[in-house]
Amino acid sequence: MNVSVVVFPGSNCDQDAVRALASFSGRPVAQVWHGDPALPAATDLVILPGGFSYGDYLRTGAMAARSPIMEAVRRHAYEGGLVLGICNGFQILTEARLLPGALLPNKTLTFVCKPCTLRVERTDTPFTGAFRSNQVVQFPIAHHEGLFYLPEEELDELERRGQVVFRYASPEGSIAPEVSPNGSLRNIAGIVNERGNVLGLMPHPERASDPVLGGRDGLLVWQSVAGWIEGGH
Amino acid sequence: MDFRTVGLTENEYKTILRELGRTPNETELRLFGVMWSEHCSYKSTRPLLRLFPTEGRAVVQGPGENAGVVDLGEGFGLAFKVESHNHPSAVEPYQGAATGVGGIIRDILAMGARPVASMDGLFFGDPELRKTKALRQGIVAGIGGYGNAVGVPTVGGKTVYDEAYTENPLVNAFCAGVVRLEDMVRSDTAQPGRLVVLLGAKTGRDGIAGAAFASVELAEDTSASRPQVQIGDPFAEKLLIECCLELLEKGLIDSMQDMGAAGIISSSSEIAAKSDVGMVLDLDRVPLREKGMTPWEIALSESQERMLLIVNPDRMEQVLQVAAKWALDCTVFGETTGDGRYVMKAGGAVVVDLPPAFIGGNAPVIHWPSREPRDLEERQRLEVEELSPPKDLGAVLRSLLEDPNLGSKTWISEQYDSMVQTNTVIGPGGPVSVLRVLRGDSAPVFVAFSMEADPWKCRTDPKGGGAETMARTLRSLSVCGAEPLGWTNCLNFPSPQDPEVFWEMRECVQGMADAARALACPVVSGNVSLYNETPQKKILPTPLVVTAGLLPDLDGFLPWSRWREGDHLFLAGMPNAALGASRYLLRTFGLLRGKVLPFDAGAEQDFTARARRTAKEGAARSARSLAGGGLAVALAKEALESGIGARLDVQIPTRPDVFLFGEGGPRALYAVPPASLPLFRSIWRGAPLTELGVATGNILDVKRGFSLSLAELRDSWRR
Repeated sequence: MNVSVVVFPGSNCDQDAVRALASFSGRPVAQVWHGDPALPAATDLVILPGGFSYGDYLRTGAMAARSPIMEAVRRHAYEGGLVLGICNGFQILTEARLLPGALLPNKTLTFVCKPCTLRVERTDTPFTGAFRSNQVVQFPIAHHEGLFYLPEEELDELERRGQVVFRYASPEGSIAPEVSPNGSLRNIAGIVNERGNVLGLMPHPERASDPVLGGRDGLLVWQSVAGWIEGGH
Repeated sequence: MDFRTVGLTENEYKTILRELGRTPNETELRLFGVMWSEHCSYKSTRPLLRLFPTEGRAVVQGPGENAGVVDLGEGFGLAFKVESHNHPSAVEPYQGAATGVGGIIRDILAMGARPVASMDGLFFGDPELRKTKALRQGIVAGIGGYGNAVGVPTVGGKTVYDEAYTENPLVNAFCAGVVRLEDMVRSDTAQPGRLVVLLGAKTGRDGIAGAAFASVELAEDTSASRPQVQIGDPFAEKLLIECCLELLEKGLIDSMQDMGAAGIISSSSEIAAKSDVGMVLDLDRVPLREKGMTPWEIALSESQERMLLIVNPDRMEQVLQVAAKWALDCTVFGETTGDGRYVMKAGGAVVVDLPPAFIGGNAPVIHWPSREPRDLEERQRLEVEELSPPKDLGAVLRSLLEDPNLGSKTWISEQYDSMVQTNTVIGPGGPVSVLRVLRGDSAPVFVAFSMEADPWKCRTDPKGGGAETMARTLRSLSVCGAEPLGWTNCLNFPSPQDPEVFWEMRECVQGMADAARALACPVVSGNVSLYNETPQKKILPTPLVVTAGLLPDLDGFLPWSRWREGDHLFLAGMPNAALGASRYLLRTFGLLRGKVLPFDAGAEQDFTARARRTAKEGAARSARSLAGGGLAVALAKEALESGIGARLDVQIPTRPDVFLFGEGGPRALYAVPPASLPLFRSIWRGAPLTELGVATGNILDVKRGFSLSLAELRDSWRR
């Protein structure tokens, strides 16, 4: 699989994503500068990494969403290519309107960094094929703006279309507002677009891709993507 | 202009007149005022700092550069340092703490190292006061706001509460970085005919004379000092880090300095002095943020996120290209010369013309009078027999776990990104933090950090307290299996002009130095912060120590909080600790009294060697060296984090409260699975070792002591 990681000024999880993917795939991972006009040819998966692109100034993700490279990312998505936005990358995807909704400040009004348990809601997306149905996994979060918000009716619509892919859950897999670390509506941690090829995820799978660092559950995401691509999609 | 208005003493002014053979002009005088301030010159403490051992096998760079460096093998080194940002944080907590983090990160960067981990020592006042809560909220948010955005994980820290810090909180920021030794930057490598370049933010009026502000006591109303606090921009810092590392990797710069205290004058004159070159700087070419700045304001501005580069003219074009990529200002504003003069020009005229070595290096040492505190005997007097033993030791333990000094700090550490860069093996909350260090194509190594401070012991028994503080870091590192590499410290004290304060400081330093020498652990960097007092209150003597240790691999790492049903529990080390200046004594009796167990070099050496062997040979499952709250608090933390209780039945050789809550000396609590008992016992044969009981059930039950359920312990600890 060919992975490209976009580097915005202020990205700080870009190298983590590069390392996790290179270690998983055994292949070099391309790094694409935000000012570049195009993605490397044959890119299967584009990752918008976590961090504080443009210092989070104006609004998280707002300026990065207007970077030159985002036109190429948009085209890649329209053509059915895979896009994964992690943390700040998710915020950028909503600002770029590639995903619905907005990420508001956490209910605690503080930055929160800790391991979280998530329940996978769909295993038929390109990013979740290697998960078991309703599997509970552990990825860490690290963000200040992670409360997923949509007006009630649109939220129902999102649910009806099955766009919610990950929710914050108890280790046993139950979904209750108390187990959400940030007050996210309906415990939403990750959603896909209608077509299913663009995933926004607040928790960090690249931080759960090495047993030495406390977990391997993140590998399931990379395995899913690899399987999807090998399956000839 | 009078020399006194810039803070110089008569003796210092005379020294300047004698050296220059003329009267300094106003700009020069203001430069001396800042460069010879306590903060920049260490004029009160230089003789004390010579007491520290600075040589060791692993030392690549000792004190004197922006940070110390120790060898990690395979051509890689670890740069680290701790630095105070106390006064700014007292005045403007968010920005004060944020720029403290930013400043220490640039110190590490200035060595050519990629910053990989931060830690913070925080000292707050009475936790019940609104003032403390407000300061604490601002300081924690400032550290997080800066550190999280700049992408350096905050992997640990130390938080202390005492009313002595209510008006004068302390923020000690630590940073470590990884450097390829062949790329290490030094400030003595500049040659004549090179360009002097300013990279990063524009220069403004913020932080003017901040170093001088840090060198006097805090005024009663600190709001007037706000302009002396700098404003941080972590986004600019992140760009600066990436830009500087790219410049280094491409071999485009000869030398580099961060701009911290005293800005342009300090960074540039240090390179000139150490490299023995002259320098001509044109202040008119410095990009400014505001109009009408005078030459001395430009030279002394502490605007953040700037670096000074020394560049070969042939490579300047490439340097500009890299800077443009990162959208950073990059301006040539001077050059190095062969004439040995340090010259600044403004408006076409020479405004400064001084010998470079004289600017930073020649503030005369001040030998403050020193006197043993008159009430020292009173501070140390403690008759245990006069303390009636509490009836309910369980209530005592619960009260200790509720002590904000000993309780869970998760609510703070969760506000920091402790995992970015994906090398954090063990983050905040334990006795040590562990980081993986990647070494190019070679196998990674692991570095453990321990941060300690015990100002109460340093108050009642400065020498013993200093030794205990230093030794504690080495005990924690040894118990987890790490070999000490080196240490850094921050000496936070009130005004040295008080002879009793100076005496306490000297004793603390002597104690720390004795411990470090006995345990063969060299100092590689450090920082001194004096004048931490207000008209009402002096802080406690507060030396803070951070020690780094090496773990070649994780097989030899012994964790904590891993009890399992049936594990045998042992106390390694002497069972009879001391109540002197213990948390128990303070919390239960309201007494800050008593001597610390005297530092015993032989016992410490023996203990740390056996502890490292225990870890390396995998002879135990879980271990924790004892610190605040003594054996009882260690038992409680191990039990509640392991999720398993214990039954202890031990012949207590002293009073139960002394045995359970006493502190000091090399001691650790071990949990050993039955299969490992023979190996464990053989390692500790000939050393003091007490079998305590067995891990089991969900109650921590100490016969003749207390019996508390895990739920009760957790309830108190998380309060």
